[in-house]
Amino acid sequence: MPTDRVQYQFKEDNLLQSEPNSLKTEELKAEEMIMNLGPQHPSTHGVLRLEVLMEGEIVNKVVPHIGYLHRCFEKHAENLPFNQIIPFVDRCDYVTSMNNEHIFAMGVERMLGIEKQIPKRVEYIRVLVSELNRIASHLIAIGAYGMDMGSFTPFFWIMRDREHILRLLEWASGARLLYNYIWVGGLYYDVPIGFEERCREFVRYFRPKLKELEVVLVENKIFIERTANVGVLPLDLAINCGVTGPMLRASGLRFDLRKVDGYSVYPELEFSVPIGEGKMGKTGDCWDRTWVRLEEIYQSLHLVEQCIDHLEGNHKRTREFDPQAMVPKKIRPPKQDLYVRGEMPKGELGFFFRADGKSDVPLRCKCRSASFVNLSVLPEIAKGVLVADLIAILGSIDIVLGEVDR
Amino acid sequence: MKGLLDKQFEHGGVIITRLDDLINWARLSSMFPMTFGIACCAFEFMVTGTTVYDMDRFGMAPRASPRQADVMIVAGTVTFKMADRIRRLYEQMAEPRYVISMGSCSNCGGPYWQHGYHVVKGVDRIIPVDVYVPGCPPRPEALIGGFLKLQEKIRSESLMAPAVLQKIMKKEKSNA
Amino acid sequence: MRDHDHFFSVVNAVCKVEVRRDDATTPKTIIVSAEDIPAVCSLLQSDPSCYFDMLSCVTGLDNGLDAGTMEVVYNLYSIPFNAHLMIRTTVPRDNPELPSVSGVYKTAEWHEREVFDLYGIRFTGHPDLRRILLPADWEGYPLRKDYKHQEYYRGVRVEY
Repeated sequence: MPTDRVQYQFKEDNLLQSEPNSLKTEELKAEEMIMNLGPQHPSTHGVLRLEVLMEGEIVNKVVPHIGYLHRCFEKHAENLPFNQIIPFVDRCDYVTSMNNEHIFAMGVERMLGIEKQIPKRVEYIRVLVSELNRIASHLIAIGAYGMDMGSFTPFFWIMRDREHILRLLEWASGARLLYNYIWVGGLYYDVPIGFEERCREFVRYFRPKLKELEVVLVENKIFIERTANVGVLPLDLAINCGVTGPMLRASGLRFDLRKVDGYSVYPELEFSVPIGEGKMGKTGDCWDRTWVRLEEIYQSLHLVEQCIDHLEGNHKRTREFDPQAMVPKKIRPPKQDLYVRGEMPKGELGFFFRADGKSDVPLRCKCRSASFVNLSVLPEIAKGVLVADLIAILGSIDIVLGEVDR
Repeated sequence: MKGLLDKQFEHGGVIITRLDDLINWARLSSMFPMTFGIACCAFEFMVTGTTVYDMDRFGMAPRASPRQADVMIVAGTVTFKMADRIRRLYEQMAEPRYVISMGSCSNCGGPYWQHGYHVVKGVDRIIPVDVYVPGCPPRPEALIGGFLKLQEKIRSESLMAPAVLQKIMKKEKSNA
Repeated sequence: MRDHDHFFSVVNAVCKVEVRRDDATTPKTIIVSAEDIPAVCSLLQSDPSCYFDMLSCVTGLDNGLDAGTMEVVYNLYSIPFNAHLMIRTTVPRDNPELPSVSGVYKTAEWHEREVFDLYGIRFTGHPDLRRILLPADWEGYPLRKDYKHQEYYRGVRVEY
């Protein structure tokens, strides 16, 4: 028998009370229609509601409604010590947990003043797992986008390849998806013996598979027809709307925080930053964004190889190495305000901290997430397109609702 | 019904069984889950459907519409804003319908139980739940374990109303 | 590389009320009064010697019941000059109102809606100020220090 603890009480206008519609039916013209792409839908982005004002098949206005996954991250952050916030930071953008943790840990270390004293081996391991997670996130972006467009094969291919990355990260940290691995001041464990060799095997295995994915999906005639010249984002609108990450790079600006800010050990590593050049259509359309993400996967593979070279070369594991050596017993930063930012696969992830110098709980910890700002540009670029193009544009923005709603 | 098909088809293609067993077997071998991923657990649910941990071998093919689905897998944190919509989706499913609560957020509120003002502490406060799968997020193998548990539960169901069934069982016991 | 003194002098020129600076934060802060915010942001965006074209983040802060004030912090970034700046204002707790900068930076529309949702600070001149993350009939502003969550919502207990 199913359980019987239901407390919910039904009333007629519950739905309209909690999220009223912004488009009014009284103001409709004769040929217009309001369509609701509700919170539950067969795409992989999550619980997002779109209210669409359509004239036949053409979209006149899109109003996104978010907040269906608001999990009160900032309230938890005001009640927990800094090191205990790491699992909650994981769950903000749950497909790229390592990147979130890395940027958060970097911010707290900067507040404590120990950023330059973290051992180099720890920094290289952090960059290694962050880049592996960047590959996983971009794979989901491309594969799920293919599934939205109607091609199911690339989705199964990326899930198979992503399994390898998840098993590598499970071997290092213990969990498949939400790791709690990068701690403030170090790591939870060192990487296991044999990890570097397996990573190299993975890179060797994955390069031809990535070429296959490129040929089947990104250079596919049908995909190009559906995504080229659709949802063009001009550069000045992108900057004014605060868009960052692959969306900004696809509009033509070579702006990558790993190069601009040069945090962690990225200045010692060599990689290039791909930008959209309008190969198949205008610069800044959906095809450019997908192509930029694909090229970034190649660059991340190159970065993974360089990190493994460093880890096997001049920063070999030794018996005395303890990844928790610099982890402070009590994290009590001096009184300050700090804004730290880093490059996540989706864009710029920023944390604003206010510490009061007396306690180990932050006074305020605000998470500026990339997907929240990237999604706000959707009503601007989805004017006058067909409904199928609206799905294409939404897929190319690559949002994760855990980050939008926090 | 184990080995039923292998053995019985030797005897001229006729199977004799109880109606309860037949209907339960038909129901549990083709449960269609509704794709209802909310948060992180949704990704583990999607991975269970792909080639590595194949869900299709149990007969589960995800359907997008609640009207065509048998089981609703609530994967992810349930918030108050989403609670109304979950209730509406549950009401839209046709009987017999089952609910699997996947992950600790939908079991009991999960890591957000203490200061989460907008988090419902368990989806069983909104809809009745049949199977709880613990984990954060649960491994795909754990979710498959949850499916098997639900299949066991369905196997023990009966077409007759419980009151009538109890009366018959009492009569059988007094006769035996 | 432009430095903080240059930005401070640019801002000082346009403000009616006196401007202060705080060099202890990372990046450095300029403390401006509430009614000068749109003019300051518009000048910082268009002035060719600073050119702050990206608004990264708008944060709301509650200083508690004793202090009786709330703050809003704007994080600006200049892509051509690679310069950061923070602008901070203070509003009183019982009637918090600020002019909106959504005419200058389009991204402020959603950020200000979020600050309104979680703190209750009203932004005058905002095209569409309503709750963004919480349901429209939620009671209270959750990130305030004196927030007590409601007992029941739709009959379901909010507490564990």
